[in-house]
Order: sequence, then C-alpha cells, then structure tokens
Amino acid sequence: MPKKPLLEFTDKGIYCAIGKFYIDPWKPVDDAVITHAHADHAYWGHKHYLAHHLSREVLLYRLGEIQLQTVEYGETVIKNGVQISLFPAGHVIGSAQIRVEHQGEVWVVSGDYKVEDDGISTPFEPVRCNHFISECTFGMPVYQWKPQVEIFNDVNNWWRSNVEHGLATVIVGYSLGKAQRILQNLDLSIGNVYTHGVIENTNEALRRNGVILNPTTRITPESVKEEVRKGIILAPPSSVGTPWMRKFGPYSFGYCSGWMAIRGAKRRRAADRGFVLSDHADWDGLVSAIDATGCDSVYLTHGYTATFTRYLNEIGFDAHEVHTLYGDDEGVGSVPEEEPEVHAVPHPALSKGEGSDKRDVQILSFGEDLGEAGGRLS
Amino acid sequence: MKAFAQLFLSLDETNKTNEKVKVLKDYFNNVPDTDKMHMLALFSGRKPKRQINSTLVRNWAIEASNIPGWLFEESYHVVGDLAETMSLLMPQNRGSSSKTLTEWIAEINALGDKTEEEKKLWLLDSWAMLDTSERFVFNKLLTGSFRVGVSQSLVVKALAEITGIEAPALTHRIMGSWMPATYTYEQLVHEDSASDDISRPYPFFLAYPIQETSEKQKSSDELKIALGDEGEWQAEWKWDGIRSQLIKRGGEIFIWSRGEDLATDKFPELYPFLNALPDGTVIDGELLSFQNGLPMPFNVLQTRIGRKNLTKKILEESPVAVIAYDCLEYNGEDIRNRTQAERRLILEELQAATPFPEIFRLSALISFETWDDLAKTREQSRAMIAEGIMLKRKSATYQVGRKRGDWWKWKIDPLSVDAVMIYAQKGHGRRADLYTDYTFAVWDGDKLVPFAKAYSGLTDAEINKVDYFIKRNTLEKFGPVRTVKPELVFEIGFEGINKSSRHKSGIALRFPRILRWRHDKPKEEADTIESLRALLGE
Repeated sequence: MPKKPLLEFTDKGIYCAIGKFYIDPWKPVDDAVITHAHADHAYWGHKHYLAHHLSREVLLYRLGEIQLQTVEYGETVIKNGVQISLFPAGHVIGSAQIRVEHQGEVWVVSGDYKVEDDGISTPFEPVRCNHFISECTFGMPVYQWKPQVEIFNDVNNWWRSNVEHGLATVIVGYSLGKAQRILQNLDLSIGNVYTHGVIENTNEALRRNGVILNPTTRITPESVKEEVRKGIILAPPSSVGTPWMRKFGPYSFGYCSGWMAIRGAKRRRAADRGFVLSDHADWDGLVSAIDATGCDSVYLTHGYTATFTRYLNEIGFDAHEVHTLYGDDEGVGSVPEEEPEVHAVPHPALSKGEGSDKRDVQILSFGEDLGEAGGRLS
Repeated sequence: MKAFAQLFLSLDETNKTNEKVKVLKDYFNNVPDTDKMHMLALFSGRKPKRQINSTLVRNWAIEASNIPGWLFEESYHVVGDLAETMSLLMPQNRGSSSKTLTEWIAEINALGDKTEEEKKLWLLDSWAMLDTSERFVFNKLLTGSFRVGVSQSLVVKALAEITGIEAPALTHRIMGSWMPATYTYEQLVHEDSASDDISRPYPFFLAYPIQETSEKQKSSDELKIALGDEGEWQAEWKWDGIRSQLIKRGGEIFIWSRGEDLATDKFPELYPFLNALPDGTVIDGELLSFQNGLPMPFNVLQTRIGRKNLTKKILEESPVAVIAYDCLEYNGEDIRNRTQAERRLILEELQAATPFPEIFRLSALISFETWDDLAKTREQSRAMIAEGIMLKRKSATYQVGRKRGDWWKWKIDPLSVDAVMIYAQKGHGRRADLYTDYTFAVWDGDKLVPFAKAYSGLTDAEINKVDYFIKRNTLEKFGPVRTVKPELVFEIGFEGINKSSRHKSGIALRFPRILRWRHDKPKEEADTIESLRALLGE
C-alpha cells in the first residue's frame, strides 16, 4: 500500500494526520500551527495555537483569549512523534515557514514569504526539504521588484514634495507588515508619523512584544488637523476614501502594493501614487526560493497557481497546483471586498475592541491578505 | 526619450486635471520644438508608420525576455497591454541613452529599408539601452498603439496656456493630415502659416445625449423645462452612418471621417458632386449606403469599410451618398460663428445648386409644434433607419468638440433581450487581469447560442462580483477564453439588429452593451433566439 503523505490538503486546511495538527486551518480545529498573524492565515476558533514568539501579541490582540504557545525560530516541538520547527519567512514580523519532519521525511509550508531583507522581519531562510508547499501570489514573470531602498527613496521624495506644496500625505499599506516596513524606512527629518487606530493597535502589540519601532502618534478626534497635515499619515486599505481620510484633505494618497507594478491595476486604484512594494516574493524570488529548498515536489497553494505550476514543471520541478478552499486560481485579489461566503465567525472582540476596524479583521481566504490584494479594486 | 517616459509616469501619477495640465506644460517647456510636435502628433492619434511587424517585435521580445512563448502570452493577459508586457519582461538595461524623442522616431522611420536581421539587431540593442519606463513608451511607438490616459483637449489646454493661442483655434490647427516632419512648432504658433494646409478639416461639433446618464425617458414636460420654447429649435433625424467633413478647396477634394482619418479614397461616388461644389466649401454630414433612394442599415456600410479594394460589385450594391447637416465654410470663409439658421440657409442654397441631388442630400428638418409631437415622431426612428432625433438651437454657433447646451441627441430606447453569460475573457487597460469581456447567449430549444459580446455597462463593483463568479465557475479554458457555468442573466441592449451569415446565431447586433444584471432572473427565463428573430422584423 502506498504510504500516506505526511501532509495532506483537507477541507479544513493543511493537515498532518500522524501529528494530528493543522497548519493555517480555516475551520476550527483542535491543534493549529500558524505561519503568521494575517487574518487569512490565523483564523479564530481553534483550541490550541502554535506560532512564533514575535506573533504573540498581535495574535492575542486580533484573536482575543486563545491558548497560544510560541517558539523561537529553529526550536523543535514534537507532536505525536512529528517534529515541528519554525524558520523565518521574511513576510512580516514573526512570520514563519513551518518545517515538519517524520521518519526522515521533511515537508515545509511557506505561508507567505519574501526573499528581500526588509530590515524589520527576520530575513527569509531557505529550508532543505523533500516537499515544499509554497505560495505564488506574484507568480508571473511581469512581477519583478526593485530593491526597497529605491522605493523608499521615491516615497520620501514624494512626501517631501507634498510638504512643499502644502499637501497632506497619506500612505496606505496593510496594518501588519507593510505599515511597520514603511514606518521604519521613512525619513523622519521630513516630519512626524501619524497612524490610523488600527495600525497603531498593531504597533502597540508589536512594541509589547519587544519590537522597537520608530515613534508614531495615534490619530484621535483630538488630533490637530494642521499638525497632522505636516506629517505623514499611515493608513490601512480600508480607510481609503472614507470621511476619516477626507478630513485631512487636500492630500496626496500613495498606495504600497505589488499590484502597483501594472498600470491597469494602478489606474483602477486611482491612487495618486502607486509604490511597487510587496511583502511577497516576486517571480525570481519564488523560483530561487523553491530551487534553494532542493525539494522533490512543490505544491502551489495560492496566487497564479496554474501558470506557475506549468512553468516549474517545464524547468524540471515536480510541481502541483493545489485546489483548496483558497484554490483561487490566478484570481488573487480581484475578489469582492465583502464576500459573505468566506467570512469566518466574527470575533467577539470586534464589538468591544477600541478603535478596531471591522474591515481590517474580516476574514478572507489565502492569497487575499488585505494589504496586497483585498480591496485591490476599491 | 527620458523626458517623454517621465511625461507618461507623471501623467499616471495624478488623477487631477490641473495636475495633468501642469505636467504637460512642464514637458512642453523642457523639450525641443521637434519633440513637441512629435508628442502632439502621437497624442492626437498620428501614430508613426509601423516599421517592424508586430509578430516579429513580439517574437524578439520573447527571445530577449528568455521565457517560453506561452508564458509571454499569459503575461500579456495579466498586463492587458502589449507594450507594457514587453517592457516588464525584459531584463534590466545594460546602458542608457540620451537620444530625444525626435531622434528615436527618426531611427524607427529609417528602418523601412533595413533587412530583418538589421532590424532585430537594432531592436535588441535599443531595448538594452532603455529602462523599463522608457521601454514602455518606446514599445508604444514601435507597435503603433498609442492610446494614452490623457485627452487631446488637455494637451491643447496646456499648449494654449503656453502659447497664448485660444484652445478652439489650436484644436483646429492640429487637425488634418500634418506630420511632424512637415509641420513645425513655428508654423503651429503663427497663424498665417497655419492655414497653409488646404486639406485641414474643422473640429467636429458633437452633441450630448439629452438623456444624460439616465436610461429613463424624459417626458415632454421635462424637455420643455430643459430646452424651453419649441420655436428655438430645429429637429432632424439622427442618422447612423459615418460622420464626415467634405472639403473642396483650391480645386481639390478631401473627405474626413470623425476619427480624423482622411478617407477620400474610400468614397469615389462622392467625387462628382464634390468637384461640382464651389471652391472654399466645407460640409458636415453623414455618409450612408443607399438603395432605391432609401438609407440602408449601418452594417452594409461597415462591410464595405472593411474591404481593402472597392470592387465594382460593392459600389453597385451599396453606393454611398451624403446626408448634409451643416456648412462650415462658404466662399473660403469660416462661417462657424454664424447661427445655425443662417448656416442652414447657405447649406440649402448649395444643395439646390447641385447637379447631383441623389448624392448630395439634405438632412430634412422635422416640423413639430410641441415637444409631445416630436416625441411621437421620434418613435418612428427605427422605421426611418435612424437612431433618433437631433436637436439644434437655431441661434447656435458651430462649436468645438462635445458641448452641452446647443446640440442634443435624443436617441431611441435600445432594443433589449435577457441573455445568459457563457464565455468570459480578461479585459485590457484598467481592466487588465479581470474578466470583463463577456459573450452572451439566448435559448434555441434547450441549447444556448451565443449572439453578442459586450464589454461595458457594469459598475466596478459589479465587475468584481462577476469576476469572482467566473473564477469559481469555469467549466473549460481555451487560451484566454473561459467557458463559464451558465447562470448569470443580463439584460443586453442594442441599437439595431441585422441578419448575418458570419455569426453562428445568424444575427448581428449594433452597439450591444449590458443594461443591467438581472439578479431576479434564473437562466431558464432568458430570452430565446425566436425573440431575437422577431426583432429582425421579418
């Protein structure tokens, strides 16, 4: 009888039958290993969570009272004889690839990842394995990122020019990951950084976790508009076009996302400036990361899976497109923002959470983390 | 070229009209005059002649990008623009180039007599010298598809602010068949030399729909409020042909279509009447095919436009005549500032004098006492092979471009059927990587037969929802086309319907578009092929 694979794709998520745990499951399970704290990977409702230390406070902030165990990169946890260890994915602070080993067979689940060192997330580390389960959000060769130093140069020049022209500056990026990456790369000699409540809540959670971030000021009803307008406003995608944002006008609004690489996507967004900045690997990044694992087989979970799988097979990999709940074909990101089918149970903390923005914690499926894809067509 | 590429980047970076005008002015102020004229030519639709055929450009781009051909094609569907796809896929440039737009265009134009091998070498070298944004505009020049996100009127506005020449005058001076090689910036800004070109047409005056954005018909009372006294207006049929300007100057004749294409060659039937006109005459009218003195539906003319050569058979089967609307120049004098009523008298006088009244026809005035009368007459439009009614204020001058106030089009309600979406394809431009191009079908017994494609009519939010549905309900993929589970029903509107041997359904629609998404209708209740045939009026 052929041996059952160590990891399999089920209707609840990626499952290890021997170890009796799931990785990033989207339905409530007993034992969940979480790659990172983005809403489309860390769902509410599991009995037990395992994640990296640096995801701790954000997970608690987002999911409330959960039973959470956290570990360091490289540390091994054994579940029913299966060894689990986390390795840096470079996607956001605390993001991890999950390495699963049993009787010499090694599987790695990438979660989301990027290969460029963003200076704030622990840099991506290739992990040797037999089977690699990878994302491919930007698995098309037209997606090729420039070094972030060039992008931030543009961001800072744009901010400076806005200040000179009396325009407020609003920069938009997902509240976990992109927001801190932007924050740490702004030229603070230009002005102060003001944050939307959702982003500041995430910043505070990270600071509780010991992450050192540049100083920020939370925007409250008491904030002095004229002061805020001289600085830069860090805002989540859900705030675009809201009265909250409009009250700082006239402003120039910049959007940071990998989708900005394509003129059409940029024009749909109607942002004043589109900065091509992504927390996902670009085409070359994906190919090199997969190659570096030395894997026998690779499984593509979300992104341009069909195209990327075909290409990998042509260049000699044994690649498989995985149809899961989030087997979203190449349909990354064009999903309507509020699609009832994929909303998970609303988290109870939503109603009491001070300043929490519902949209920001709404649950979408894989590949639709709001920073990159969700709200792409707003 | 760097300035030209930067112009594109900067235009992309703002949605505000004033900002765009500023960007355009910055460009004009910073480039040599010859570059200005090349830019003007490109932005007003005068694309350079294609020197390398696009299949070769594509193949060499695939080679330079070092990816398989199929992956190039898939990338193109994601990006939705060929020039952009090529610019994104190529490796980083090895060097840089300081050549101006003028110099690059000169190089492109010099390719004509080069061998294929020489062209390829030149192209690969050029790509290697240009960064991604320069490569994008360069590829646009090369492939000759130059649709840009800025209207000609904005370019004219920027130029008007720089030169101090009024926008309508400038709009007129950049019309016609000039090319940057023959028309200098000096000539453009000096009035005397600008009138040298005897072929130059006037900018067309275009009407706004009286319905504006609403599909709901205006009542006679609403018309009264909007337009006032009936006596101030002249009404004509709105003909569905090719809007054209016919010019007789200095013994020569020119026929311009509204797309600013010189189409003199295409309509030899008009030569005798044009030659008989007095010199210094410009007529605005609609070209239509006629049979036994009656206008024929647009598709007859359309088939003819598509042909490279006009055969005797075509000329006999669908002879063209003009229905004249207006006179813009008389005795060599620009009379656009005279009133509609005065220009009409002149037009009637010219027409009365023609020895070819079958070819030079007058757009008949519709007499009406009340708006109510006119509303009733309008209902006969379809029987007249007209699209509806035009309203022109008798005191109106002939203006430039689409303007509200003095000219209105009052089109008939579209015909419509409820149809099921069965195929989908990704769109282009700002709809790239989204399924926005749909094929619709009606029932023929228990089968669905495709009968129309439509791209427009949905809001962005609806497009997202339909796209979401398509990606989860794909039955089969054929290249870029997906067969979609038949489920979604849409009301499809169209202006006209004709028999067609080229279509599976046996019919061809004029201007099909989506009127609304019928969430309330199950697919079983969509219309049938019989209901479409009934509209053919047979």
